[in-house]
Amino acid sequence: MRRNPYQSIAAVFIMVVTFLAISVFAFIVFGSSVVIKHFESKPQVTAFFKADVTQANIDQLQNSLRQTGEVSSMKYVSKKDALQIYKEQNRNDPLLLDLVTEDILPASLEISTTDLKDLGPVSDTLKGSPYIDKVAYQKDIVSSLTNWTNAIRLIGIVLIVVLSLVSIFIMMTVIGFKVSQKREEIEIMKLLSATNWYIRWPFILEGISYGVVGTLFGWFIASAGLMYATPYLESFLRGIPLFPVSFLFLIGLLAIELFIAVVLSVLASSLAVRRYLK
Amino acid sequence: MIKVDKVTKRYATGSVALSDVSFSIDRGEFVFLVGPSGSGKTTLFRMLIRDVMPTEGSVTIGSWDLNKLPKNKIPHLRKRIGVVFQDLKLLRDRTIAENVLFPLEVADMDPTEAKKRVDDILSQVGIVEHKDKFPIQLSGGELQRAAIARALAFSPDLLIADEPTGNLDNATSWEIVKLLQDINKSGTTIIMATHNADIVNSLLNRVLVLEKGKLTRDDKRGAKEKAKK
Repeated sequence: MRRNPYQSIAAVFIMVVTFLAISVFAFIVFGSSVVIKHFESKPQVTAFFKADVTQANIDQLQNSLRQTGEVSSMKYVSKKDALQIYKEQNRNDPLLLDLVTEDILPASLEISTTDLKDLGPVSDTLKGSPYIDKVAYQKDIVSSLTNWTNAIRLIGIVLIVVLSLVSIFIMMTVIGFKVSQKREEIEIMKLLSATNWYIRWPFILEGISYGVVGTLFGWFIASAGLMYATPYLESFLRGIPLFPVSFLFLIGLLAIELFIAVVLSVLASSLAVRRYLK
Repeated sequence: MIKVDKVTKRYATGSVALSDVSFSIDRGEFVFLVGPSGSGKTTLFRMLIRDVMPTEGSVTIGSWDLNKLPKNKIPHLRKRIGVVFQDLKLLRDRTIAENVLFPLEVADMDPTEAKKRVDDILSQVGIVEHKDKFPIQLSGGELQRAAIARALAFSPDLLIADEPTGNLDNATSWEIVKLLQDINKSGTTIIMATHNADIVNSLLNRVLVLEKGKLTRDDKRGAKEKAKK
């Protein structure tokens, strides 16, 4: 380490990058699954009424929906309720509160069906109704979100596999170099009846220390970044119970990453030492 | 205790290091192994610690048939055999005491016991005052003693010394030989490879002569000159 700090730095650095990527990827996977679950559990269709609709029209529409027998629950959200919800969501942002009055928010119906496959017909019926301005069909949101997250997951997995391979190779090169520097000493150790494990351990420990230090840094950078971004993400993903991310989740992630780091390091350093311990 | 039976060693390059060599050595003997450079002395030594395997024939040490010795038993064998290498193979970045301690450390001996053992051996070979020096600070004779001390770490049954007087002046060489004789008197079998005719002729010990990989003489009370004819 004293004589060749650059190799050790390279080994630690690649581990930092690898585990930074793994952490960010874990955040995305965890976050997106919470977001999708949130949308899936919400009333599946929201129909927004036109501004000029009367209470009678609304009752009529509710009755006709009930008669189909497909609807399991239905919740009317009046303009007043909508404003209340809006106020609640934006209570920290007085500027947004000032701009909005009851009038510009639409009343809406939140509808769930007993059977998921009835959602399509119900949303079609609503779209055809003269009182309805817009239908927000959560299934569309969920499926487009799912497509996005699947794409991100694929890219993430490829990235992590590539980075892991690169870190194994760099680690093997660094440890291999150190082993070859100590070749004479290793030869003497073997002649003095040292077992292969006695010779192997220090190098494997060195590899593990690179892995562990790299993981701590990578995890710390990703977690600090997440903390920093939390206020922005929180306002962006309003109403979804994702933030603040629990400390337990972060510690659990660190534990898993340390495990992966130890496995990678042991693998890389064993391979590096193997050549010299036939 | 040592039985070498019809041993031949051919290296992958095709060179023959040993050819049909047979001899046996009893417990407590002090044997000189004589022969010009490249005659196979070092190969024979490496074979005794199973660093190389014979191409043909067998080597038996005590109850161990080295051809059948499983790999994980090699450390056990090497604990019973102390080796003073021709190039000493002392670790340059460790002190003399640490070098002698090293095989004990490898064998996982209790640290306090091991330290005491190191002091005992260093006194026995007469360099206890140099224990905290590094190899580069010692003279040739002192280094040779350090290497002997390390070879004695486990009180081995057999001590192999490869040209221990190779680079030493005459007086120092005799000191080393006297030290080896003392070790021999305490029951350790010794095989010493040497070029030093003066020593071989004075001691009149058993002499094995290797020439071009063949064992050409085995005299109970030999002198070196006869080997040259």
